[in-house]
Amino acid sequence: MHRVSSFLGLALLALAWELAPRLGWINASFFPPLQNVLQKLLEISSTAEFWGFLLSTVRTWTLGLCLATFAGIAIGLFIGLTPGARRYTHSTIEFLRPIPSVALIPGVILIFGSRYQSGVVLITYAAFWQVLLQILYGLNDIDLVARDTARSFRFSRMGFIRNVAWPTLLPFLFTGVRLAAAMALVLAVTAEMVIGSQGIGRGIVVAQASNATAEAYAYVIVAGLIGVAINGLARVLEVRILSWHPSVRNLGGQA
Amino acid sequence: MTACEIWKGILKLATQQHAMVAVDHLNKVYESKERRVEAIGDLSFEVNQGDFTCIVGPSGAGKTTLLKCLAGLLAPTRGSVRVNGHQVTEPPEEMAVVFQEYGRSLFPWKTVRENVELPLRERKIPKAEREKTVSDALKAVALDHVGESYPWQLSGGMQQRVAIARAVAYKPKVMVLDEPFAAVDAQTRADLEDLMLTLWSELGLTLIFVTHDIDEAVYLGQRVLVLSSSPTRILDDVSIDIPVPRSQATTRIDPQFATLRTRVYAGIQKAKKGA
Amino acid sequence: MFNALRKLFVELALPALLFALLYIMSANSTNFYFPALSAVLKQFNLLWLGPRFAADVIPSLERLMAGYLLACIAGIAIGIPIGLYKPLRRALEPVLEFFRAIPPVAMIPLLIVNMGFGNSMKITVIVAGAIWPILLNTVEGVKAADHVLNETCQTYGIRGFARLRHFIVPSASPQIIVGMRLGLSIGIVLMVISEMFAALDGLGSAIIYFQRSYEIPQMWSGVMMLGLFGFSLSVLFRWFERWALHWYDGMRDLERHS
Repeated sequence: MHRVSSFLGLALLALAWELAPRLGWINASFFPPLQNVLQKLLEISSTAEFWGFLLSTVRTWTLGLCLATFAGIAIGLFIGLTPGARRYTHSTIEFLRPIPSVALIPGVILIFGSRYQSGVVLITYAAFWQVLLQILYGLNDIDLVARDTARSFRFSRMGFIRNVAWPTLLPFLFTGVRLAAAMALVLAVTAEMVIGSQGIGRGIVVAQASNATAEAYAYVIVAGLIGVAINGLARVLEVRILSWHPSVRNLGGQA
Repeated sequence: MTACEIWKGILKLATQQHAMVAVDHLNKVYESKERRVEAIGDLSFEVNQGDFTCIVGPSGAGKTTLLKCLAGLLAPTRGSVRVNGHQVTEPPEEMAVVFQEYGRSLFPWKTVRENVELPLRERKIPKAEREKTVSDALKAVALDHVGESYPWQLSGGMQQRVAIARAVAYKPKVMVLDEPFAAVDAQTRADLEDLMLTLWSELGLTLIFVTHDIDEAVYLGQRVLVLSSSPTRILDDVSIDIPVPRSQATTRIDPQFATLRTRVYAGIQKAKKGA
Repeated sequence: MFNALRKLFVELALPALLFALLYIMSANSTNFYFPALSAVLKQFNLLWLGPRFAADVIPSLERLMAGYLLACIAGIAIGIPIGLYKPLRRALEPVLEFFRAIPPVAMIPLLIVNMGFGNSMKITVIVAGAIWPILLNTVEGVKAADHVLNETCQTYGIRGFARLRHFIVPSASPQIIVGMRLGLSIGIVLMVISEMFAALDGLGSAIIYFQRSYEIPQMWSGVMMLGLFGFSLSVLFRWFERWALHWYDGMRDLERHS
């Protein structure tokens, strides 16, 4: 019953997409019927160019995300665990954070041109903030009792990090990486579209410029599917690795 | 039967007075894919206008289920609940409920005054009359000085008093309370119990008070219904003939109190053993 | 008094230090791509505290506000029924998941094809991107409405529109506002990108124009303006948040200190 209603929604949508252009409700040259788009999708997925694009996007995404995560953890731990650092960095963080990563686009174009590194820089900058903030929230959240217990047993700094800070941080880190991953995908595609580096984004722009509208939509769907896959992967990982954490254990009871 | 009860019975027959709350062969079964739970087996009782009736029972005795059926929040599987003559199919207008989790039953984005006022606004009562009713209700629970505070700024006992004030302002015919003082410390509980007695005698309310605290039930009620464990039915119907007004200091050492308390206690023990 | 000064010092110390460092280190820069900070500031003064403000910043702001407000209204209006009715939620969840995953940037070329280069295209892009966090967070917030409060509303006869107004919406508001915050960031990004694509007027198009004509200090001044733009909006949003959620902040403060 549950699954039926879920499919119903998708099915209706697919139907609308198929019929609306064919019935002339929407201009078919701007919005081709679903069948055409899916056909195109099958076509391009057998070309080397498509897979080249896909790999490129994934490479940019992975690099940017990894860099952002490491930097976020390192700087986050430093700020969170150094007394006073939080207060002094607060204004700087609050000022830099809302600066949209797109502001860097001109800069990276100058330095890297349309090589994939431009995308990586963009992603690293934006995703870094997500991870950093989550780490800071997490450190804020460390159970005061656990911390005092560690203190009274005279844990070393490393011991404290390993046994108290890190386990508390993990769920926050996961949220941060999950959000960063979604953002990284958007930015990878953006960089490819605006800067012209190789990737799915480029595929969309090129297809649209040569009036191959169905192909452009096909690429858009691919981008969407990658996003869904990333989200799904993140959720699965989260449940697996964090199964011990109460917030995840309670997910079942939280309907 | 005491003389009092005989007289009441005659009066009732003479005036054809119908009970304020009438529960008739109430039965509630929870069905799920895995199992079938008969929370309430067969409950029948009546509460007359102006009575203070307490309901006790062991844990899992379906007290909450009974309360939800009384309040119209849950539909019975069989049997019926009538309030003021009408059958209960949805929350009856003449009934106000005070929940156990006071913290979650008050709106945290509204002040105390706004919380008490809200049900009256829904009834489209004009502003001037509303303000007076709210002030009176807050005064009755001795909270007229915190009208502009938010509930979360108050202690647990005060929050529960706000919930009671809201129920009082609603001017219901019946007030149902679900273990309202369970989550409150002992001293505050004693004050709140006395508050209930005062409100009951001053406002002439019909009260149904569910509790797991036997002493509280005997102290407050004129009548204590002892429930069995599931499937629930009435195990004992104890008439509390301790005189009113009662006081924490004297009533609890009254020998009659001890006797009645023991009787209720015995009933609960029997219920726990699966009577 | 002394306390306030001290606070101010802490707030400004690091930024001032960084700014000074940057200024000094870039003072004698001969690098074409990274000119001296002083040159950038000069251009900033000339352009953005001058004619360009009205010519570019205002149109950008108008487009952003139009798209963002539309996204808020639509996101909340659609999110509430989805959050309230489980069957609706089940039916729509996969559809929403799919649409949400499509980077709105990816839709820009398609929207250009459909709508041209004008304001309506840009506003549509902003709505298409900003609506998702708002909608999804509204659904979450409404879903999590406390069931004891729900029963309270039932027993006291608070139904329909009154129930929405006094219970559902305020209860979900902290979560909704989280969504609105994310939506604002996304809206700003999309505003800039759509302007970079369809270079007519606006902050984004100005920056790209400078970049393409190699007017580097002007370009960096534009980037600085964009940073200020984002920062000011975030401050404004914080004021809004504090006003709307004063009860929530009070409650949480109490919990934290207990």
